[in-house]
Amino acid sequence: MSVTTIERPPVAESEAQPAEKKPEVAEKLVIFAWSGELDKIWPTLILATTGAAMGKETTVFFTFWGLFPLVKNQVRITGENWMQKMLSTMNRGGDEHLKLSKMNFAGAGPAMMNRLASEHHVASPHELMEMAKDLGVHLVPCQMTMDLLGLKREDLIDGLDEPAGATLALAEAQGAITLFI
Amino acid sequence: MSITIAMSLDLKGLSCPLPIIKTAKAMKQLAPGQMLEALATDPGSVPDFKAWSKATGNPLLESDQSGGVFRFVLQKQGELK
Repeated sequence: MSVTTIERPPVAESEAQPAEKKPEVAEKLVIFAWSGELDKIWPTLILATTGAAMGKETTVFFTFWGLFPLVKNQVRITGENWMQKMLSTMNRGGDEHLKLSKMNFAGAGPAMMNRLASEHHVASPHELMEMAKDLGVHLVPCQMTMDLLGLKREDLIDGLDEPAGATLALAEAQGAITLFI
Repeated sequence: MSITIAMSLDLKGLSCPLPIIKTAKAMKQLAPGQMLEALATDPGSVPDFKAWSKATGNPLLESDQSGGVFRFVLQKQGELK
Protein backbone atom coordinates (compact mmCIF):
# COMPACT_ATOMS: atom_id res chain seq x y z
CA MET A 1 0.00 0.00 0.00
CA SER A 2 1.39 3.27 -1.02
CA VAL A 3 0.88 6.44 0.87
CA THR A 4 0.43 9.58 -1.12
CA THR A 5 1.86 12.62 0.45
CA ILE A 6 0.41 15.88 -0.66
CA GLU A 7 3.01 18.52 -0.47
CA ARG A 8 1.72 21.96 0.27
CA PRO A 9 3.38 24.68 -1.70
CA PRO A 10 5.13 27.19 0.51
CA VAL A 11 3.03 30.21 1.29
CA ALA A 12 4.20 33.06 -0.87
CA GLU A 13 5.49 36.08 0.99
CA SER A 14 2.86 38.32 -0.56
CA GLU A 15 -0.01 36.03 0.50
CA ALA A 16 1.10 35.94 4.12
CA GLN A 17 -1.02 37.90 6.54
CA PRO A 18 0.50 41.28 7.21
CA ALA A 19 1.66 41.64 10.80
CA GLU A 20 -0.39 44.78 11.28
CA LYS A 21 -3.73 45.21 9.56
CA LYS A 22 -4.49 48.85 8.95
CA PRO A 23 -8.13 49.77 8.39
CA GLU A 24 -8.72 50.90 4.85
CA VAL A 25 -9.54 54.58 4.84
CA ALA A 26 -10.55 56.36 1.66
CA GLU A 27 -8.44 59.49 1.28
CA LYS A 28 -10.79 60.98 -1.28
CA LEU A 29 -14.46 61.92 -1.51
CA VAL A 30 -16.19 62.40 -4.85
CA ILE A 31 -19.80 63.56 -5.04
CA PHE A 32 -21.78 63.61 -8.25
CA ALA A 33 -24.19 66.51 -7.81
CA TRP A 34 -26.92 65.66 -10.30
CA SER A 35 -29.89 67.29 -8.58
CA GLY A 36 -30.17 71.06 -8.40
CA GLU A 37 -32.77 71.15 -5.66
CA LEU A 38 -32.26 72.90 -2.34
CA ASP A 39 -32.78 69.75 -0.28
CA LYS A 40 -30.17 67.83 -2.32
CA ILE A 41 -27.56 70.55 -2.89
CA TRP A 42 -27.62 71.35 0.81
CA PRO A 43 -26.48 67.90 2.04
CA THR A 44 -24.10 67.73 -0.95
CA LEU A 45 -22.30 70.86 0.25
CA ILE A 46 -22.44 69.80 3.91
CA LEU A 47 -20.78 66.48 3.03
CA ALA A 48 -18.24 68.13 0.71
CA THR A 49 -17.12 70.71 3.30
CA THR A 50 -17.01 68.06 6.02
CA GLY A 51 -14.99 65.72 3.82
CA ALA A 52 -12.46 68.48 3.23
CA ALA A 53 -12.41 69.24 6.97
CA MET A 54 -11.59 65.57 7.57
CA GLY A 55 -8.56 65.95 5.33
CA LYS A 56 -10.00 64.13 2.33
CA GLU A 57 -9.28 65.40 -1.15
CA THR A 58 -12.83 66.32 -2.11
CA THR A 59 -14.35 66.81 -5.55
CA VAL A 60 -17.93 67.70 -6.46
CA PHE A 61 -18.79 67.02 -10.08
CA PHE A 62 -21.83 69.12 -11.03
CA THR A 63 -23.89 67.67 -13.83
CA PHE A 64 -27.33 68.16 -15.35
CA TRP A 65 -29.72 69.90 -12.91
CA GLY A 66 -26.81 70.14 -10.49
CA LEU A 67 -25.22 72.80 -12.71
CA PHE A 68 -27.91 75.42 -12.08
CA PRO A 69 -26.85 76.13 -8.47
CA LEU A 70 -23.47 77.21 -9.91
CA VAL A 71 -25.05 79.97 -11.98
CA LYS A 72 -24.34 83.45 -10.59
CA ASN A 73 -27.29 84.66 -8.53
CA GLN A 74 -27.60 87.87 -10.53
CA VAL A 75 -27.70 86.06 -13.89
CA ARG A 76 -31.36 85.69 -14.90
CA ILE A 77 -31.56 84.22 -18.42
CA THR A 78 -29.00 81.82 -19.81
CA GLY A 79 -28.76 80.00 -23.12
CA GLU A 80 -28.48 80.91 -26.76
CA ASN A 81 -31.60 79.44 -28.35
CA TRP A 82 -35.24 79.69 -27.26
CA MET A 83 -35.26 76.23 -25.69
CA GLN A 84 -32.25 76.94 -23.47
CA LYS A 85 -33.65 80.39 -22.60
CA MET A 86 -37.02 78.90 -21.69
CA LEU A 87 -35.29 76.31 -19.54
CA SER A 88 -33.51 79.01 -17.53
CA THR A 89 -36.76 80.99 -17.24
CA MET A 90 -38.56 77.98 -15.76
CA ASN A 91 -35.57 76.84 -13.69
CA ARG A 92 -33.71 79.87 -12.38
CA GLY A 93 -30.07 79.27 -11.51
CA GLY A 94 -28.09 80.43 -8.48
CA ASP A 95 -27.57 79.04 -5.00
CA GLU A 96 -30.05 81.56 -3.59
CA HIS A 97 -32.90 80.51 -5.91
CA LEU A 98 -33.11 76.79 -5.26
CA LYS A 99 -36.40 74.91 -5.06
CA LEU A 100 -37.42 72.08 -2.75
CA SER A 101 -38.00 68.64 -4.29
CA LYS A 102 -41.23 68.41 -2.27
CA MET A 103 -43.45 71.00 -0.60
CA ASN A 104 -42.06 73.78 -2.74
CA PHE A 105 -45.40 75.70 -2.72
CA ALA A 106 -44.26 78.15 -5.41
CA GLY A 107 -41.25 79.22 -3.37
CA ALA A 108 -42.94 79.45 0.04
CA GLY A 109 -41.36 76.14 1.09
CA PRO A 110 -37.74 77.23 0.43
CA ALA A 111 -38.43 80.60 2.08
CA MET A 112 -39.61 78.85 5.25
CA MET A 113 -36.72 76.37 5.09
CA ASN A 114 -34.20 79.22 4.80
CA ARG A 115 -35.82 81.02 7.71
CA LEU A 116 -35.66 77.87 9.86
CA ALA A 117 -32.02 77.38 8.87
CA SER A 118 -31.19 80.94 9.78
CA GLU A 119 -32.92 80.58 13.17
CA HIS A 120 -30.99 77.38 13.87
CA HIS A 121 -27.66 78.85 12.70
CA VAL A 122 -27.38 76.34 9.89
CA ALA A 123 -25.11 77.61 7.11
CA SER A 124 -26.96 78.33 3.85
CA PRO A 125 -25.99 76.62 0.58
CA HIS A 126 -24.44 79.92 -0.51
CA GLU A 127 -22.28 80.09 2.63
CA LEU A 128 -21.34 76.42 2.31
CA MET A 129 -20.34 76.95 -1.33
CA GLU A 130 -17.96 79.72 -0.23
CA MET A 131 -16.59 77.50 2.57
CA ALA A 132 -16.09 74.65 0.11
CA LYS A 133 -13.94 76.91 -2.09
CA ASP A 134 -12.04 78.13 0.96
CA LEU A 135 -11.35 74.53 2.06
CA GLY A 136 -10.00 73.64 -1.38
CA VAL A 137 -12.91 71.46 -2.52
CA HIS A 138 -12.70 70.92 -6.28
CA LEU A 139 -15.96 72.16 -7.79
CA VAL A 140 -16.06 70.78 -11.32
CA PRO A 141 -18.82 71.69 -13.79
CA CYS A 142 -19.66 69.10 -16.44
CA GLN A 143 -18.68 70.51 -19.84
CA MET A 144 -21.17 68.44 -21.85
CA THR A 145 -24.16 69.54 -19.75
CA MET A 146 -23.00 73.16 -19.91
CA ASP A 147 -23.12 72.93 -23.72
CA LEU A 148 -26.44 71.09 -23.69
CA LEU A 149 -28.17 73.52 -21.34
CA GLY A 150 -26.51 76.61 -22.82
CA LEU A 151 -24.53 77.57 -19.71
CA LYS A 152 -21.35 79.50 -20.43
CA ARG A 153 -18.34 79.75 -18.11
CA GLU A 154 -19.13 83.43 -17.50
CA ASP A 155 -22.66 82.49 -16.35
CA LEU A 156 -21.14 80.42 -13.53
CA ILE A 157 -19.65 81.60 -10.24
CA ASP A 158 -15.92 82.20 -9.75
CA GLY A 159 -13.66 79.75 -7.94
CA LEU A 160 -14.69 76.66 -9.91
CA ASP A 161 -12.29 74.16 -11.42
CA GLU A 162 -12.05 73.93 -15.20
CA PRO A 163 -15.12 72.26 -16.74
CA ALA A 164 -14.44 68.58 -17.43
CA GLY A 165 -16.01 65.31 -18.51
CA ALA A 166 -17.04 61.95 -17.15
CA THR A 167 -13.52 60.55 -17.51
CA LEU A 168 -12.05 63.06 -15.08
CA ALA A 169 -14.92 62.42 -12.67
CA LEU A 170 -14.43 58.65 -12.77
CA ALA A 171 -10.65 58.95 -12.59
CA GLU A 172 -11.02 61.02 -9.42
CA ALA A 173 -13.54 58.47 -8.10
CA GLN A 174 -10.97 55.65 -8.12
CA GLY A 175 -10.40 54.60 -4.52
CA ALA A 176 -12.68 57.35 -3.24
CA ILE A 177 -15.92 57.41 -1.33
CA THR A 178 -18.44 58.15 -4.08
CA LEU A 179 -21.92 59.57 -3.71
CA PHE A 180 -24.51 60.39 -6.37
CA ILE A 181 -26.93 62.98 -5.08
CA MET B 1 0.56 67.10 33.75
CA SER B 2 -1.36 70.30 33.20
CA ILE B 3 -2.93 71.03 29.85
CA THR B 4 -2.06 74.33 28.24
CA ILE B 5 -4.63 75.48 25.73
CA ALA B 6 -3.06 77.19 22.71
CA MET B 7 -6.36 78.27 21.18
CA SER B 8 -10.00 78.38 22.27
CA LEU B 9 -12.92 78.34 19.83
CA ASP B 10 -16.43 79.51 20.65
CA LEU B 11 -18.76 77.41 18.48
CA LYS B 12 -21.85 77.90 20.63
CA GLY B 13 -25.07 78.16 18.62
CA LEU B 14 -23.54 76.72 15.44
CA SER B 15 -24.99 73.64 13.77
CA CYS B 16 -23.48 70.81 11.74
CA PRO B 17 -21.14 71.00 9.87
CA LEU B 18 -19.83 74.37 11.09
CA PRO B 19 -18.30 73.28 14.43
CA ILE B 20 -16.11 70.68 12.70
CA ILE B 21 -15.23 72.91 9.75
CA LYS B 22 -14.15 75.77 11.98
CA THR B 23 -12.23 73.36 14.22
CA ALA B 24 -10.45 71.76 11.27
CA LYS B 25 -9.41 75.20 9.97
CA ALA B 26 -8.18 76.29 13.40
CA MET B 27 -6.21 73.06 13.93
CA LYS B 28 -4.19 73.86 10.80
CA GLN B 29 -2.80 76.92 12.56
CA LEU B 30 -1.48 74.92 15.52
CA ALA B 31 1.95 73.35 15.84
CA PRO B 32 2.16 69.60 16.49
CA GLY B 33 1.46 68.84 20.14
CA GLN B 34 -0.50 72.04 20.82
CA MET B 35 -4.00 71.86 22.29
CA LEU B 36 -7.23 73.38 21.03
CA GLU B 37 -10.33 73.86 23.16
CA ALA B 38 -13.74 74.03 21.45
CA LEU B 39 -17.04 74.98 23.09
CA ALA B 40 -20.23 73.95 21.30
CA THR B 41 -23.95 73.62 21.99
CA ASP B 42 -24.91 71.28 19.13
CA PRO B 43 -25.44 67.82 20.73
CA GLY B 44 -24.41 66.27 17.39
CA SER B 45 -20.93 67.66 17.90
CA VAL B 46 -20.24 65.00 20.59
CA PRO B 47 -20.16 62.05 18.15
CA ASP B 48 -18.78 64.31 15.38
CA PHE B 49 -15.71 65.43 17.34
CA LYS B 50 -15.03 61.82 18.31
CA ALA B 51 -15.33 60.72 14.68
CA TRP B 52 -13.21 63.61 13.38
CA SER B 53 -10.49 62.81 15.91
CA LYS B 54 -10.48 59.16 14.87
CA ALA B 55 -10.52 59.95 11.14
CA THR B 56 -7.75 62.55 11.25
CA GLY B 57 -5.60 61.07 14.01
CA ASN B 58 -5.69 64.19 16.18
CA PRO B 59 -6.34 62.88 19.72
CA LEU B 60 -9.49 64.03 21.54
CA LEU B 61 -8.17 64.41 25.08
CA GLU B 62 -11.32 65.68 26.74
CA SER B 63 -15.03 65.65 25.94
CA ASP B 64 -17.36 66.83 28.66
CA GLN B 65 -20.50 68.87 29.24
CA SER B 66 -21.61 71.49 31.70
CA GLY B 67 -24.77 73.57 31.58
CA GLY B 68 -25.64 72.60 28.00
CA VAL B 69 -22.20 73.48 26.67
CA PHE B 70 -20.01 70.73 25.28
CA ARG B 71 -16.28 71.17 25.73
CA PHE B 72 -13.69 69.37 23.66
CA VAL B 73 -9.91 69.41 23.89
CA LEU B 74 -8.05 68.23 20.82
CA GLN B 75 -4.34 67.83 20.44
CA LYS B 76 -2.70 68.48 17.11
CA GLN B 77 -1.17 65.29 15.79
CA GLY B 78 2.44 64.76 16.75
CA GLU B 79 3.96 64.99 20.20
CA LEU B 80 6.12 67.81 21.45
CA LYS B 81 9.46 66.28 22.33
